[in-house]
Amino acid sequence: MTTRFAPGDRVRVRWAHPPGHIRTPYYVRGKTGVIERVCGSFRNPEELAYARDGQPARPLYRVHFDQRTLWPGYQGRAKDGVEVEIFEHWLEPAGAAKEGGT
Amino acid sequence: MSDPGRGYHDMGGLPAGPVERGEHDYALWEKRVDALLVLLSDKTRDLVRVDELRRGIEQLGPGAYDELSYYERWIASITGVLLGKGVFTSDELGRRMAEVEARAAGDRT
Amino acid sequence: MSDTGQHSHDHTPRPDQDGPPSYYQAMETAVRELLIERGVVTAEEVRAAVEAMDARGPAQGARVVARAWSDPAFKARLLKDGSAACAELGIDMGPTHLVVVENGEKLHNVIVCTLCSCYPRFLIGLPPDWYKARAYRSRVVREPRAVLGEFGTEIPDDWEVRVHDSTADMRYMVLPRRPEGTEGWSEAQLAGLVTRDCMIGVTLPKAP
Repeated sequence: MTTRFAPGDRVRVRWAHPPGHIRTPYYVRGKTGVIERVCGSFRNPEELAYARDGQPARPLYRVHFDQRTLWPGYQGRAKDGVEVEIFEHWLEPAGAAKEGGT
Repeated sequence: MSDPGRGYHDMGGLPAGPVERGEHDYALWEKRVDALLVLLSDKTRDLVRVDELRRGIEQLGPGAYDELSYYERWIASITGVLLGKGVFTSDELGRRMAEVEARAAGDRT
Repeated sequence: MSDTGQHSHDHTPRPDQDGPPSYYQAMETAVRELLIERGVVTAEEVRAAVEAMDARGPAQGARVVARAWSDPAFKARLLKDGSAACAELGIDMGPTHLVVVENGEKLHNVIVCTLCSCYPRFLIGLPPDWYKARAYRSRVVREPRAVLGEFGTEIPDDWEVRVHDSTADMRYMVLPRRPEGTEGWSEAQLAGLVTRDCMIGVTLPKAP
């Protein structure tokens, strides 16, 4: 499996809203997080949903987001976070200095 | 929905009321719906993928999404996938549902 | 925002035999009969699948947690590959890729599926109604401490709360911390402390 990202890499979720069966939640689109782990390669749900074979399998990552980058005015500890599984085609590299948001 | 690019099911972070913690035991027919999905999605059959099930549920629309119970949504979606793949036709299914209802009525008399 | 649909339907048991079948119950029976007649499934397979899911439940997960509390090597394997470690205990995890997330001294984990209702069903059975309902799915990613408070779980301000959204192929189980005062307990005794809600992460195991 060739993966574009490794644990610790900063990534931005694409700001995109295609119709269809999408497993990238709206609330993380356009946001910046850090790769927590590589989960493996899995058939693409966006294709499987339409009865196609979902091949080639695509790398799936768990991405950690700081709560404060997701929700303005988040009430809680600064370190609180959300971890979300995201397929590689939804991710792009984020510069080290960039902070979340669109 | 104010944003047409956001699916109705895609609700993470939206405002909502308190969590209501009541629970119910699943009825046998609900367990059978679950069992059908387990079987139809297994490696040998691969006939209804979980993502096909989910897409069907997402496409029920906001009204049905909230009004139907969980396994009502599932059987509606599973049925849609099976119709799409020609496992049976609407006519066959409609006639069989009428038979099922007639049998149940007979059982109660 | 109301959540009336799911609740009005899901809060009371709906037995099969009382009254005429609903439209969707009739659909289930008709679909099942047609699938059996066309040789896609057998009646026996459906029956066996219902029984297999009935046999899954929180006790199965509690056994895994108790073993992890008792056996550090097992815990290490569980955190590395949840499904393989569960299989060691004879648990059939089906197609599940289980990720076990461990609570720490000042770290609390909680699980949700905001897009549908993904749940470690092959380990701990079918999810409770509230897990699938709009209130929990919408709010726990954004205000986890408030939602946990509704379950009677107060997380101290200096702890970190980490929410896990099951959006794709992984399924999650929380490994709670072993309560104080349980030194020398057997795995069976320990398992008795572990509830379904602890493994979802909305509650903590009670110290004896």
